Amino acid sequence: MASTTPIDKPPAPPVALKRAGTKSGRVGDKVFLGLSRGSGILLLVIMASIAVFLTYRASIAISKNEGNFLTTFDWNPAGDPPVFGIAVLLFGTIVSSVVAMAIAVPVAVGIALFISHYAPRKLAAPLAYVVDLLAAVPSIVYGIWGALVLVPYLEGPNLWLDQFFGWTYLFDKTEVGVARSLFTVGILLAIMILPIVTSVSREVFLQVPRMNEEAALALGATRWEVIRLSVLPFGRSGVISASMLGLGRALGETMAVATVLSPSFIISGHLLNPGGGTFAQNIAAKFDEANEYGRDALIASGLVLFILTLLVNGAARLIIARRKEYSGANA
Amino acid sequence: MAKRIDVSGLSAYYGSHLAIEDISMTVEPRSVTAFIGPSGCGKSTFLRTLNRMHEVTPGGRVEGKVLLDDENLYGANVDPVTVRRTVGMVFQRPNPFPTMSIFDNVAAGLKLNGSYKKNELPDIVEKSLRGANLWNEVKDRLNKPGSGLSGGQQQRLCIARAIAVEPEVLLMDEPCSALDPISTLAIEDLIGELKERFTIVIVTHNMQQAARVSDRTAFFNLAAVGKPGKLIEIDETERIFSNPSVQATEDYISGRFG
Repeated sequence: MASTTPIDKPPAPPVALKRAGTKSGRVGDKVFLGLSRGSGILLLVIMASIAVFLTYRASIAISKNEGNFLTTFDWNPAGDPPVFGIAVLLFGTIVSSVVAMAIAVPVAVGIALFISHYAPRKLAAPLAYVVDLLAAVPSIVYGIWGALVLVPYLEGPNLWLDQFFGWTYLFDKTEVGVARSLFTVGILLAIMILPIVTSVSREVFLQVPRMNEEAALALGATRWEVIRLSVLPFGRSGVISASMLGLGRALGETMAVATVLSPSFIISGHLLNPGGGTFAQNIAAKFDEANEYGRDALIASGLVLFILTLLVNGAARLIIARRKEYSGANA
Repeated sequence: MAKRIDVSGLSAYYGSHLAIEDISMTVEPRSVTAFIGPSGCGKSTFLRTLNRMHEVTPGGRVEGKVLLDDENLYGANVDPVTVRRTVGMVFQRPNPFPTMSIFDNVAAGLKLNGSYKKNELPDIVEKSLRGANLWNEVKDRLNKPGSGLSGGQQQRLCIARAIAVEPEVLLMDEPCSALDPISTLAIEDLIGELKERFTIVIVTHNMQQAARVSDRTAFFNLAAVGKPGKLIEIDETERIFSNPSVQATEDYISGRFG
């Protein structure tokens, strides 16, 4: 920048500064700001209107309900007097989802670790693709497969579980009947949420900074110890988010559950017994033949599912936030 | 403690690319040996062959011998995991385990070895943190995460973590390049103390630093980009910086290239 200009001469305003102030640049900014702000507001409006709709219709239904909405083991909004309650649905939804999570999360983390840290590169890419393909199967296909293949196939294993683990109460099969149980539903849901939990976990594991892994390696860590010291702690909050995404899908899954479960309005801790119900399955099964009031009752149960999902997501965020100080983000 | 390193005929590859060729040298115990040379000359790659970290890079491969006293690190039945427990390493950027407390960071290596008594841990952690000149700064917050420290403190934490397992050799890969001058000075002082107990090898881009901390200096160079890096000469640091025997070394340290 050698210049012969005397120091006291005021410099001419640079051309670049003038350009930045032209109108076209500002318009682009405004359009983009409007678009993104609009999208954000739209999302809030949609959520709020769903909540208002659910609450309004639910309040109509609950005000006429002669039974206790939370504790009644029955669903008869068309009766005289109308009696219905969500106890069985809440129980069935939570139990089938918990079974699904208990099976899917460890398996998904295992697959994700295998793809990201163990598999040779030639195998990793096709394997990841196959797992993602699982997500492309429509849920009704899972339902048909579950009813035609899984249910008859599980009869043998169910007997085995009953015989050897009957003492746990959970696996005590006290009723004769095919495996159209909450446990079977849980297994099916586990397969359905496997791809989303796997692919999100895999992405997180791949993002572990190289230097974090080398820190463990240089201390003399084996491959498993590297995963335990560096990969899993870094990926923890990601795996939690992935699990919550999966849980959200499991809680709301409709067709597959409706196809497999033989619904009944009982609560039983014996998971292998046929029967039970979930919110989404119950709505799908009853919505068509319900009258106006029956539909309001179903919407009331939908409101509970909505709240349940909100609570689950809130809890996940709390867990992630509490671990923030220790997360890899501030490394 | 501190052992001698004897390297002979060592070459390292990334896939089919020859990164360093036919290097032989001896590193004396309880001394500081500095590696200097222009970027890409393979000094970091060479350092990483000394604790078998080179081979964790995809495609990384090593030929030749590295004797630690009399044991070949690349012998047939040698487990790289054991090698890395004997030859500690400190990296260019401080890399404490972000999810662990300061205490657990220092104890991490011991827990991997499994050969410790639980009631000894606090003593070893304190000793290591004192050894890394960090104890007074962190003794009141041992349960806080290590990632909350400043960059210079984090690097000293990493040194404490490395020396906690009492390695024979301590490798340092440009340990000050991400630090400010005051933290750099703290680390350099520390290196001077640590050489009483360990064999130290340090890669540095900073020739003044090499002159300040090392007893012996090795100069690496490469003929051209894409050509393998080679050891040009290794000698007493004073001699390298005053009267090197190879012209290329003199050109490099006097700033004529690199």
